[in-house]
Amino acid sequence: MNIPLNITKTIHDWLFSIMPEGVATVTEWVIVAAAYLALFAVAGLYLVLLERKVAAWFQLRLGPNRVGPWGIFQTMADALKLVSKELTSNANIDKFLYNLAPYFVILSSLIAIGVFPFSRQFQALDINIGIFFLFAVSSIGVIGILLAGWSSNNKFAMIGAMRSGLQTISYELSVGLSMLTMVLLTGSLQLSEIIEVQRTGGWLILQGHIPAIIAFMIFMIAGTAETNRAPFDLVEAESELGAGFHTEYSGMKFAYFFLAEFINMFIIASIAVVLFFGGWLSPFGITDDITWFPETIWFVIKVLGIIFLMMWFRWTFPRLRVDQLLTLEWKYLLPINLVNLVLMAIIIWLNWTI
Amino acid sequence: MSYFSDIYNGIKTLLTGMSVTGGYFIRARKGSITQQYPDNRETLKMFDRFRGEVVMPHNENNEHYCTGCQACEIACPNGSIEIVWDRQVDPETGKKKKMIDKHIYHLGMCTMCSLCVEACPTDAIVWAQNYENSVYDRKYLTKVLNQPGSKVKAGIED
Repeated sequence: MNIPLNITKTIHDWLFSIMPEGVATVTEWVIVAAAYLALFAVAGLYLVLLERKVAAWFQLRLGPNRVGPWGIFQTMADALKLVSKELTSNANIDKFLYNLAPYFVILSSLIAIGVFPFSRQFQALDINIGIFFLFAVSSIGVIGILLAGWSSNNKFAMIGAMRSGLQTISYELSVGLSMLTMVLLTGSLQLSEIIEVQRTGGWLILQGHIPAIIAFMIFMIAGTAETNRAPFDLVEAESELGAGFHTEYSGMKFAYFFLAEFINMFIIASIAVVLFFGGWLSPFGITDDITWFPETIWFVIKVLGIIFLMMWFRWTFPRLRVDQLLTLEWKYLLPINLVNLVLMAIIIWLNWTI
Repeated sequence: MSYFSDIYNGIKTLLTGMSVTGGYFIRARKGSITQQYPDNRETLKMFDRFRGEVVMPHNENNEHYCTGCQACEIACPNGSIEIVWDRQVDPETGKKKKMIDKHIYHLGMCTMCSLCVEACPTDAIVWAQNYENSVYDRKYLTKVLNQPGSKVKAGIED
């Protein structure tokens, strides 16, 4: 019994009472889509603001504080500016692919956000291959980046896109294997099921102890690389490539890439929360008895914690070279991950989980 | 087995770096390096050695201290100062004397090096304390420092 449950159930019953079943279903789809789009925009804008504030504090600066109290409308103003800007393009670009690329990037992250269980009832789509679906969908984004780099007819964009391709293909392996390690423990790919496993046995990072902690570290490293954030931001390395794959984009198309980067960070953090930190479950069940307490708050708090960790990485570590990037993946993360997978299997076989 | 020691050292150095930046993050509230833009224009007291722009102070009789010696013009490394002068008859002594007509200052070219202020023998030009020097047209950056109708204060050359 919590607030989201009551709201969604009330709206559902009300819709089905005032219109025929087919129309009500379609209306519900539209409402859910609108709600997720709004969530997407708000989360993206405020993650940008959070990033800028946290970056400022890491560098002993003040950060944006002019637009609204503590600068909370800064990113709104930025978005308004970007919407009003002209969409420029070059002479010799591949027009179709150039215009298509931002939508690939943004749609992949928008689809992925739909399967997350924000609370027991606040989940648009609870499919039984949730983790697999997430993994598949979030890797579509790289197609958008490759298309953007290819169609821009710009060598910097091209190099950036190629780097993104090799980076994503390499690190998907680590992300997938570390997810697989945790799936061994839960025995299910369904996200709600994974959280239910953690209700009784404690969070998975405790249940799986050593291999789970190793898997979490690998997941965070590979996840940061997946989102093309520093220290793995070779794709848009400002000092080498201008702005990388989105050099030639302006206005709202650039904003799509920019928003998608932050939503991808949110997605990686959400996967980490669901797989390692119990999703919307409260720590030690401290709010289980409070009926009105929204479980979403725990989910958001945990996600913000992971996002803060990723921002901490970003403002601490220098950018890797391409060969260092590949060495890290193929010589360190991948072998460790494979050994870790076997270790986890042995632990489950001998029933050593907590 | 340098493989495992590499991993260990790598993680250790990464954590060292993170602890440094984490300390910065915690201390950022009180120890900010950057300052807030000064919005309190009326009450703000800029520090003494602040170099806003070169100005020529005039006293209440509309007199300045510039004798037209052109030391500032010569001292200026990038030609920001031009002095238009001619010889006029001094009404008090009846002798011909060098007097400035216009002391032209190009703020757009000035690098605030302060060599002109150092060079001035009579302290006729000083630094102003204003800090908002942007204008919408660059012709406003060329300033005539001496006020119209002003003259040099008597006895300043002695």
